[in-house]
Amino acid sequence: MDPHALLLARLQFAFTISFHIIFPAFSIGLSAFIATLLVLWRRTGREHYHRLARFWTKIFAVSFAMGVVSGIPLSYEFGTNWSRFSVVTGNVIGPLIGYEVLTAFFLEASFLGVMLFGWQRVKPWLHLTAAVLVALGTAISGFWILSANSWMHTPAGYEMHGGVAVPVDWLKVIFNPSFPYRFAHMMTAAYLTTSVVVLATGARYMLAGKFEQEAKTMLRMGIGMVAILGPVQLLLGDQHGLNTLKYQPIKIAALEAHWKNDGPADLVVFALPDEKHERNRAALTIPHLGSLILTHDWNGRFAGLEDVPPAMRPPVTSIFFAFRLMVGIGLLLIAFGLTGAVLWWRRRLFTTRWYLRMAQPAWPLGFVAILAGWLTTESGRQPYIAYGILRTDQALSPVAASTVATSLVAFVLVYTIVFSIGIRYMYKLIVVKGPEGAALEPATLPEGLPNRPLSTADEPLRESGARPPGT
Amino acid sequence: MNPGNLIGATYWLPLITALVIAVAVAMYVVMDGFDLGIGILFPFFPQEGDRDQMMNSVAPFWDGNETWLVLGGTGLFVAFPLAYSVIAPALYVPLFTMLLALVLRGVAFEFRWIAKPQHRKWDLAFAAGSTIAAFAQGTMVGGLLSGIKVDHGQFGGAALDWLNPFSLMCGIGLVVGYALIGACWLVMKTAGGVEQSARRRGKPLLLALLLFILLVSVWTPLRFERIAQRWFSWPNWLYLSPVPLITLGLAVGCWRGLVGKHASAAFYSAVGLFVISFAGLAISTLPYLVFPSISLWDAAAAPKSQSFILIGIAILLPMIFGYTVFVYHTFRGKVRPGEGYH
Repeated sequence: MDPHALLLARLQFAFTISFHIIFPAFSIGLSAFIATLLVLWRRTGREHYHRLARFWTKIFAVSFAMGVVSGIPLSYEFGTNWSRFSVVTGNVIGPLIGYEVLTAFFLEASFLGVMLFGWQRVKPWLHLTAAVLVALGTAISGFWILSANSWMHTPAGYEMHGGVAVPVDWLKVIFNPSFPYRFAHMMTAAYLTTSVVVLATGARYMLAGKFEQEAKTMLRMGIGMVAILGPVQLLLGDQHGLNTLKYQPIKIAALEAHWKNDGPADLVVFALPDEKHERNRAALTIPHLGSLILTHDWNGRFAGLEDVPPAMRPPVTSIFFAFRLMVGIGLLLIAFGLTGAVLWWRRRLFTTRWYLRMAQPAWPLGFVAILAGWLTTESGRQPYIAYGILRTDQALSPVAASTVATSLVAFVLVYTIVFSIGIRYMYKLIVVKGPEGAALEPATLPEGLPNRPLSTADEPLRESGARPPGT
Repeated sequence: MNPGNLIGATYWLPLITALVIAVAVAMYVVMDGFDLGIGILFPFFPQEGDRDQMMNSVAPFWDGNETWLVLGGTGLFVAFPLAYSVIAPALYVPLFTMLLALVLRGVAFEFRWIAKPQHRKWDLAFAAGSTIAAFAQGTMVGGLLSGIKVDHGQFGGAALDWLNPFSLMCGIGLVVGYALIGACWLVMKTAGGVEQSARRRGKPLLLALLLFILLVSVWTPLRFERIAQRWFSWPNWLYLSPVPLITLGLAVGCWRGLVGKHASAAFYSAVGLFVISFAGLAISTLPYLVFPSISLWDAAAAPKSQSFILIGIAILLPMIFGYTVFVYHTFRGKVRPGEGYH
């Protein structure tokens, strides 16, 4: 095993998956939002719901495309860079990913075509069905991939035969101990993150005095979601933490920078963990609060990092700070959602400019929290790639460091260029263009005939032979 | 491993899953083949309006098409983890080249429209990405046929073992093949100048593809003793003799479709050419996944893993076929100039 190749392969996976996770998280939330807008439009007949659905569909198309193309390399990296991982865990992990492809990828990819291009080809109810199926597909995809990931944290339902994990009970494999918590936590994160983007966009238009009707709807829907999901996420995160304490106590010790199990634990609000000397510098602590949060008991005790030798500990500093970043953003969003709800209740939401000014730049917060959360949980599993089964440094393929380095450089170059342009395009769609045009007439033409133009706003584009993006 | 010693599920399960994976790869090659082909043909259609039309003809489908690639890759991971863990590192370079090329062309489907009128760079990304992805796939087939060095159940070779004249030729061959199937798609799905131009481009592409099929058919038995054995020993020779005849028949069908009125005949004949070539390759290599060390049965996952995924496949694959047909049916008919699916 080449230590350079190991480091490079880990960097490559961290880089590619961090880029990837942003887009599916957004797609999961956005597809549900669009389906909801279409349902509202069908029920009320109010045009601005339809304009909003069409507008967000354009952004969804860009996000989804980036999610697809950044996801395909991951399924191949298991083989190219982590072939020992594939051999040892493939019998268990493989079918879960197989089910993701069969139940989710085909569903979303196929009906995405109808959702993006079928506005006038199919009847409105069928188009709505396609949008719902896409939203469902993204959620099912989350189900399987989080099941596979959770199994890597809390493996269950398997036996080891000749150094290879073999499934014994599929229900136990799929619903392994951390899966329900991780699934609920991550899906809520996706919906919450998207709600913040919607809220921020509504605030932007409101401040600029543009698209007032749409802006009001986005503000209401966004604040409603954040006000409800924020507190829910806090409860889910707490439960997830307790589950982790039960199955991966050293991960909890690392993210709390808890070195010694020698009495009731302080909550370390801030510190500079010193891994070499096994202590915290510049620590700001609150006595007993650590025990209260993690054991729900004033004097409860839990494992410290010194319970295991240094080689069996995850990296403390990065996990400690990533976890605090995630929790900090979570608390901020809760405050934000509740403030918005109070303003809404007092009918001052659309006129309170300080609130709107704070909301407008808040759009990336959810994404940052998601990345920080994943860094916490994945780094916290170290030194294992599959907890208790296979160490990360034993999972590598027999590839040369130079080969991995070359592909890493290529990934960094291509992803940086492509995805920064993609994000800029999404920004352009939101900031420069906005939800324009009249609502569409439903498809009324006999089948098989050419479509008629979709709306007056798109006429100039059409004449130049172009089409509006993502429609 | 001698399959004769295996009984029941341990013998049949790997065969069935291998068949499913073969179907997935064949579906991928045919379906992503035509939309990659459209990218390969982009340089021959310099007009912006023509390119809009070409892209619109595949835009609702490309994502579903590419999902078959994921199914093929994960299928190998699911059912034959040992083969996956050897083949993926062996084909590291072309595999990542293909993936990055697919990133570039995939995002172009959306980015191109947003970037207008500054969309030329995404035209280039679409064309180059499609061509490079197709070429890399061809070299992977060639590299796999050339054999992979296996050492204690792991890949034991070097990063560029796959690179040889044969694999490069396979790369060019696949680019030509995808371009042909893309041209036939355009003949079927577009009208006006694009259709006429696609008809003109299709004919030399068909001839070039036939030349490559002939070259591979001659080269492989000469280069690989085992493939010569498979095809030319008695009575295999008799059973396999229809393969070249069917190939010839399909080529004639494709040509007639390109020049005549039955535009869809050209496309379906080109699909047939791909399927028969794919079957020919399968005949040449099975039951080995990695020659000469790993057969289907050596690489197979635990029976419990195979049966679990096969249950899912039995239920879900017909559904997937069902809604794939629904989507193609929804977007049937020709795309007209200046008109997209919007």
